[in-house]
Amino acid sequence: MSRWLPRGYLAIVYGLLYAPIIVLVVFSFNDSRTGYEWGGLSWRWYESLFNNRAMVEAMWNSLWLALSAATVSTLIGALTALALHRYRFRGKKVLNGMLFVVMMSPEIVLAISLLALFLLVGLQLGYVSLLLAHVTFCLPFVVITVMARLSGFDERLPEAARDLGANDFTMTRTVLIPVIMPALLAGWLLGFTLSLDDVVVSTFVSGPSYEILPLRIYSMVRVGLKPEVNALGTLLLVFSLVMLMLSQWILTRSKQ
Amino acid sequence: MKQTLLSLSNLTKQFDGKKVLDSLDLDILDGEFITLLGPSGCGKTTLLRMMAGFEHPDDGTITLGGQDLTHTPPEHRPLNTVFQNYALFPHMSVFDNVAYGLKMEKRPKDEINQRVEEALAMVQLEDFARRKPHQLSGGQQQRVAIARAVVKRPKLLLLDEPLSALDYKLRRTMQVELKRLQRELGITFVFVTHDQEEALSMSDRVVVLKDGVIQQLGTPREVYERPANLFTARFVGETNLFPGQVDRANGDDTVTVDVFGLKRTFRKPDFELREGQQLHVLLRPEDIRVLAPDEADGVAGKVVERNYKGSTLDSVIHLDDGTEVLASEFFDEDDPAFDYRLGEPVRVSWVDGWEWLLPEEAATFQEEASVDA
Repeated sequence: MSRWLPRGYLAIVYGLLYAPIIVLVVFSFNDSRTGYEWGGLSWRWYESLFNNRAMVEAMWNSLWLALSAATVSTLIGALTALALHRYRFRGKKVLNGMLFVVMMSPEIVLAISLLALFLLVGLQLGYVSLLLAHVTFCLPFVVITVMARLSGFDERLPEAARDLGANDFTMTRTVLIPVIMPALLAGWLLGFTLSLDDVVVSTFVSGPSYEILPLRIYSMVRVGLKPEVNALGTLLLVFSLVMLMLSQWILTRSKQ
Repeated sequence: MKQTLLSLSNLTKQFDGKKVLDSLDLDILDGEFITLLGPSGCGKTTLLRMMAGFEHPDDGTITLGGQDLTHTPPEHRPLNTVFQNYALFPHMSVFDNVAYGLKMEKRPKDEINQRVEEALAMVQLEDFARRKPHQLSGGQQQRVAIARAVVKRPKLLLLDEPLSALDYKLRRTMQVELKRLQRELGITFVFVTHDQEEALSMSDRVVVLKDGVIQQLGTPREVYERPANLFTARFVGETNLFPGQVDRANGDDTVTVDVFGLKRTFRKPDFELREGQQLHVLLRPEDIRVLAPDEADGVAGKVVERNYKGSTLDSVIHLDDGTEVLASEFFDEDDPAFDYRLGEPVRVSWVDGWEWLLPEEAATFQEEASVDA
């Protein structure tokens, strides 16, 4: 008897976790117009999704934004992590702490302050404002991921490279970056996902010129739940799974 | 006479106000195997890192073959290092690790392939070129590290405690192998260790360091048999230091010394002696003879510890005045009196002429404290 108790408990937990996702995937193939009846298999919602030009555009916008935000924050974040790891300087602890403040502070506070800043400097709300905002909230995550990897980094490796004739730049290119690559990729992926599904900050700092997916979905749902949303959700799910598998594959490969 | 290859002069270095190296002078000869020996914190690693270019002296100069290297960055120094934990590049194969230095020199591909293969053959790892470092055992990684450092044919190879991570048997094998490599390559080796046995068995010359100051520089034999001071005497090898008092200096280059009430005649040391002066009589455990209690010679004591070591039998004997004596004797199966039981009374003696005399040192008390620490 007692062995069924933990199993049942686990089944309930996983059932609760996955039931909504399964419902979403199943109903994305539902031919019926209403969301609670089964009308047979169909691709129609996927078709209408891709025929919805505004939706497709928002999707591309979101992807482009996530790509650029993740890349920019990985570049800045990696350099920040390196500086924090390698050098001893005045105010290092403060800088380190400030990263956590950005990470821990409520998103709404960040959203309002960013909006206020952009209005103050007269920045047109659109791609640029979104990018700046997304880089801001992705940055601490990248820095922390890279710093975790660096803390396990053998300090003798750069010395060995220098000893064998590499200058600082060559050493960084051939030893440092390859060794911390998994952390860079992990940080990039983290930034990518954070950016892709952000709603709160994006609501504040986006303009009519650049509509992104989460906001598009949000406005779509307000009018009434259309089965197109299920199809979109399924696509995003598949996309995230592929990304997850990709990152796992890269991580295991780099360990070999 | 060998030529000086690397010359260190007046090297001084402080870390956070603590002197790590104190105006140190050292000439390393071309083709020799020299070992920097000392307890942790003695400055040996700092000295090595200074030669490699990872640390910069506050004062002093480093010249290699007459060329000033003091401010040359590591990548431009014609010497290479074998690091303590090997520091192999984890993302590169064994081949790429070894090829790294040659790629930095932008050598043609054919030459790189050939030289890497030669280097790997030299350390018997030809078949492991495609492996990654983590797929190798500790000893194999050690060989890769050596191949990677010698493939550039440096004038000088620096080895920072390279064997400390290996088990005892592998260590012995690698010691022999390193000596063979050094002979074959004719490269000058600067070897850092805290293991005095390793230092004695491998080196042409040993530098004993303490608190950033050279205590003694000499052949292993000189360092072991004729230590320059109490620190070296205690640090290198097991030591019995008996208190002695000069009874009288004889005309024939000998001196009579009172040790435990025995009047023994020793060779005259090269420091000044006056009558009644206190000094230390240094006797290694293998110089000690353990005699039966009915012998006339020697000092009375009793056995408190016996330790069978295979080829030798090591014992600890407490003399009647409380002094502890270490003795290490080779087996003599024909000698019935050889095997003493614990607590058995014996007499302790030694062969005159095997002793070494050291003067009293003003700082003896402090030194004893720092050796224990």
